[in-house]
Amino acid sequence: MTQHAEPAVTTPPAPGPKETDGRTAERPLALRLLARPEVGVFLGAAAVYVFFLIAAPPVRDGSAMATVLYQSSTIGIMALPVALLMIGGEFDLSSGVAVITSALTASMLSYQLTLNVWAGVFVALLVSLAVGFFNGWMVVKTGLPSFLVTLGTFLILQGANLAVTKLVTTNVATDDISNMDGFEQARKVFASSFDIGGVQVKITVFYWLVFAAIATWVLLRTKYGNWIFAVGGNKESARAVGVPVTFTKISLFMLVGLGAWFVGMHQLFTFNTVQSGEGVGQELIYIAAAVIGGCLLTGGYGSAIGPVFGAFMFGMVNQGIVFAGWNPDWFKAFLGVMLLGAVLINLWVRQSATRR
Amino acid sequence: MTTNESGTHGAILPDVAPEGEDGPIVELRNAGKAYGNIRALHGVSLKVFPSQVTCVLGDNGAGKSTLIKIISGLHQHTEGEFLVDGTPVRFSTPRDALDKGIATVYQDLAVVPLMPVWRNFFLGSEMTKGPWPLRRLDIEKMKQTADQELRNMGIVLDNLEQPIGTLSGGQRQCVAIARAVYFGARVLILDEPTAALGVKQSGVVLKYIAAARDRGLGVIFITHNPHHAYMVGDHFSVLRLGTMELSASRSEVSLEELTNHMAGGAELAALKHELAQVRGVDVEELPEEEDLTAPVASSEGAA
Repeated sequence: MTQHAEPAVTTPPAPGPKETDGRTAERPLALRLLARPEVGVFLGAAAVYVFFLIAAPPVRDGSAMATVLYQSSTIGIMALPVALLMIGGEFDLSSGVAVITSALTASMLSYQLTLNVWAGVFVALLVSLAVGFFNGWMVVKTGLPSFLVTLGTFLILQGANLAVTKLVTTNVATDDISNMDGFEQARKVFASSFDIGGVQVKITVFYWLVFAAIATWVLLRTKYGNWIFAVGGNKESARAVGVPVTFTKISLFMLVGLGAWFVGMHQLFTFNTVQSGEGVGQELIYIAAAVIGGCLLTGGYGSAIGPVFGAFMFGMVNQGIVFAGWNPDWFKAFLGVMLLGAVLINLWVRQSATRR
Repeated sequence: MTTNESGTHGAILPDVAPEGEDGPIVELRNAGKAYGNIRALHGVSLKVFPSQVTCVLGDNGAGKSTLIKIISGLHQHTEGEFLVDGTPVRFSTPRDALDKGIATVYQDLAVVPLMPVWRNFFLGSEMTKGPWPLRRLDIEKMKQTADQELRNMGIVLDNLEQPIGTLSGGQRQCVAIARAVYFGARVLILDEPTAALGVKQSGVVLKYIAAARDRGLGVIFITHNPHHAYMVGDHFSVLRLGTMELSASRSEVSLEELTNHMAGGAELAALKHELAQVRGVDVEELPEEEDLTAPVASSEGAA
């Protein structure tokens, strides 16, 4: 044998365009559908809906449905950015109290300085985005788990909400701002109702659905959406191929801030005043809605449509229990069962549908 | 996978570095790297030419990773010179290296397992269409391009929508290579691409290394398997304890010698006399020290 042997391996021939390797059969349509993250929760939501249609006849009424949707929308608007953040691989435990922080800021600022409420609304937006930026920046720069960082923010905001409100208003609630400049206008934007076929539907329901549509489009059809999946699925890989990981994570936290601002403004212009101690525990509801909606707690997988159904399940159960005439004390227990059930169904569906 | 065993010797490539018209894309001259007072690498010289596979072999801790990290821009060399296209460079981020056309396929492949193949292929360099507020992914074009590029490398996937995590290790490796080739890599650094693979899978990956080479790329193939290296390599560099133990082109070294160098042959030979004192150790087959000194052309054939 001679030494100048050519390298033993050469280019494989390029296969023809139509050729498939034939080892993987196309999976049946039903299975492929089940592999989508939102299908499990859609079935769950439909089941809960049908259940209460039967168990609680008042639910069949249009206005009852509007109440259910309203309840769902206030959870759902926050569940969207929380879900995107979760797909991006992070948590935000401060999202519940951040809603109240935003509302308090707008309310106290415009009342104490006798400004047009829009000034307060604008400053509240800046504060909410700043809180989100702080969370994101801390998580990215320190590499600490977002659970810890946002737990810190949660406690800080919870304390600051109470302390600052008492300091400024000598009360645990803010003053009524309903007769201030710009209030009616702001209420129209954040907290009005629409008449649809004789049923009063809150504007948040529309916002919820529009935001969900935008979030879905962004997630599946834009670069940014691609990056969200990537930073949640494998941060190091994403960085190695040039995805701006820092920007993506921080902006996701700021999106949660944006959502908190929006819901905060809705609460402010619905009730005219804000209770400073509220919001605690809401963050878990948002996270639960996202998880029920098929988002993977560890990131990299999920959808924006799923949390819409997740939030609907919450609203449906919450109101359904009341309409059915049951003791509403059972609500949380019911939710817990639902959460576990949804997670198990999701797990089972995903495993059986993605089995190779 | 389509395999075509006939014509495996089809590509005619020069054994020695092409002189004159095509200089090395990447060249290290006596380069080294010290972490504090630990010298991880010193005195390493390496040339990477287009359409050639340069194999870097070495045991664990020999300095292979440090070498890749310098070339791929993760670390900077602390001694010697690092030239790209004949110009001295000093990369501060992997992006700098990418801009010069130096792409690295890491052991973990830099893929996101839960994302579809086509999204992984274009991750970080997505194709878009439309004006800004409505600028969106050009999904059709991306899928078509990904499919075409994979086919050009000889990879056929039935469904580009499947999560890349469901592909086999070899297939994933190939997608990562095809991606680097598509995005204009001139030099491809492969960090132990066959380390975690079975025999057949390794063969598949070696074929794509050859495919990349035949498309004109300079390939740096890091491995500790001399058999894999000898299948595709044009030039072999063996690292030991942070320095270059052997640097030889294909015509100067046989697989046997390469294996011996890799197996710590020189050290074993030195130990031969000591081992001979020990009962039950067969030293007849161990090479003598003088057999292993210089990379001289041997008349022994490759196995």
